[in-house]
Amino acid sequence: MTPCYNMPMASQIVTLQGHILDSLILAKVLDTIVMLGGTFTLSEVKVGTKREDLSRAIIRVEAHTNELLQDILTAIQPHGAVVEAEEDCTVTPAPADGILPEDFYATSHLHTQIRWQGTWMDVSQPEMDLAIVVKPSPFSAHMVPMASVKKGDLVVTGRTGIRVFPVERPKERDVFGFMEAQVSSERPHRHIIADIAKRMTVIRQHRRTHHGPEKVLFAGGPAIIHAGGREALAWLIESGYIHVLFCGNALAAHDIEACLYGTSLGYNLGIGRAVPHGHEHHLRTINRIRAMGSIQHAVESGLITDGIMAACIRQGVRIVMAGTIRDDGPLPDVITDSIQAQDAMRAALPGVELALLVASTLHAVATGNLLPASVPTVCVDINPAVPTKLSDRGSFQAVGLVMDSSSFLRELARELGWKG
Amino acid sequence: MSRLLMCPPDYFGIEYEINPWMRMSNQSNCDRARVQWQNLTQVLEQEAGAKLAFMKPVPGLPDLVFTANAGVVHDGKAVPSQFRRPERRREEQHFVEWFTQSGYDVIALDPGVYFEGAGDLLGFPDVWFGGYRLRSEIRAYEKLSRIFSKKILAMELVDQRFYHLDTCFCPLSGGELLYFPPAFDMYAQTVITSRLEQDQRFAVPPSEAERFACNAVCIDRHVVLPTGCPETMDWLTRRGYTPHPVILDEFLKAGGSAKCLTLALD
Repeated sequence: MTPCYNMPMASQIVTLQGHILDSLILAKVLDTIVMLGGTFTLSEVKVGTKREDLSRAIIRVEAHTNELLQDILTAIQPHGAVVEAEEDCTVTPAPADGILPEDFYATSHLHTQIRWQGTWMDVSQPEMDLAIVVKPSPFSAHMVPMASVKKGDLVVTGRTGIRVFPVERPKERDVFGFMEAQVSSERPHRHIIADIAKRMTVIRQHRRTHHGPEKVLFAGGPAIIHAGGREALAWLIESGYIHVLFCGNALAAHDIEACLYGTSLGYNLGIGRAVPHGHEHHLRTINRIRAMGSIQHAVESGLITDGIMAACIRQGVRIVMAGTIRDDGPLPDVITDSIQAQDAMRAALPGVELALLVASTLHAVATGNLLPASVPTVCVDINPAVPTKLSDRGSFQAVGLVMDSSSFLRELARELGWKG
Repeated sequence: MSRLLMCPPDYFGIEYEINPWMRMSNQSNCDRARVQWQNLTQVLEQEAGAKLAFMKPVPGLPDLVFTANAGVVHDGKAVPSQFRRPERRREEQHFVEWFTQSGYDVIALDPGVYFEGAGDLLGFPDVWFGGYRLRSEIRAYEKLSRIFSKKILAMELVDQRFYHLDTCFCPLSGGELLYFPPAFDMYAQTVITSRLEQDQRFAVPPSEAERFACNAVCIDRHVVLPTGCPETMDWLTRRGYTPHPVILDEFLKAGGSAKCLTLALD
């Protein structure tokens, strides 16, 4: 079974007006929607205050297919449901490279459609805080970052002819299915980790048996190495459970340092003490990889034999390393231009069905900003502020775990069969 | 005193089939129809105390006799019908003409909205009921509610034999109701049973519903209804009404009876 978190739904706003409560017409219309297999959201019910006052209900009718939606609309229209008049979206040419028209529509990370020449069309790969650029022939609509817009691009402006769809409750009855978006250090972790493991198993199974495009994304920080989560994470990657890695210079540098020197930021990982001149180890590590030209070359030549980066290279995991202003080196694979790094991360997202954001405020928030709301997301951090920040994005499928990254990774790996 | 609009059946006949009662093979008899209609006018005037107004019949418009479908009149305002069936649309201009000449404030519904007058809109002083789905459309009642400042509860009709509300629903002057439940969907039946106590409503038996027992004219304590409805008459009598049975079989062939042949003007 393939995980299916957000079936695109067809929907239509209808209004119902009259003495719709006393006549049970509202009840009849809602019953009809449900009996035919649709769902509804009552966006507004205005009840008349005087006897002769009319009441008014605005109903969003939703169905899994457009055909079913049309059947439902046909069934409810004789009872007075009026389909809201629809207009095409408006577009305005971008005035210059990197500049959006004044009234541009700012996107959300929800499934979005625009109405173009009378037809509702999907906007590909939802992401928050972008603009929508339309190409008329052949038609396409994409969400585009401000910096990437080109002079003359047709940018969607205003609010007409645009609709967004709420995240549908997933079919799976697991921790993501509750869509609670709560973060608490007092919640038991074990069943949450077991549910994450189940999803990872399903995704791996589907990739192996059907060559499916589903992916698990892992974004992590160097605390994973310091805290002792390196072996568990490497095992998860070697076992085929992780398919995309987002990280910065530090995670890779300390992972390779551990391989070459047995230390992380100069601390011996076995005995837990600082070793003489240990603070130089990560610099020497970075320097050696820079001399080799790439991490891949360093792995393939046998310099790096174990750890997270070696596992990624061996398993063909797509790695995007984004640099920051405090980086040493950096390693040769690190993208130091933020805009380029965002684009590279964005390009790795199609197919991601589960995102694990572990022990990195920077990469967790950056990844969260790029992900559609429909992707189940787990944010693990010892600091409650990080998962809270992620869940505040409005994705109901963001599960926050306030715990040590090493404990999380080791428990997750054990749930999946790791014997370490 | 109740004023009613009627139209002599000079050109009445079965010239098309637009409801399950009409069959070209089952023609009405002109003479008998005229006698039955005149008898009805006498009972209405002399027994029930109604004051009658008449409009001129028009050749080629056999159903003009059913004035209940002229429109709906209340408080000096008249909203003319806009028929669903093309066969009856030719009547509209004559009804509008009569309303206009009679001094009513004539208010038209939006073009294309089907509404078949007092055949589908009737009720009690505090609340009206609007039949929809078979002839009138539910969207008509939103505007009618505004025009007349009345609460109108829309009720879905589901039996083609009872294609207008007045064929299966008859509010009485004392607040009681004659009705035929299977003519309504479950929601409408719930609306009726929740608004009227059981002893206030009489569910007409099927055999009498098919005689159009509900197509009755109630004026004060008098109820003029078609013959062949003994149980309905018995119930009316027990509730203190005086039933007046009138033979109207020629009009039943076209799917109409006493109420269809009159339009309340007050």
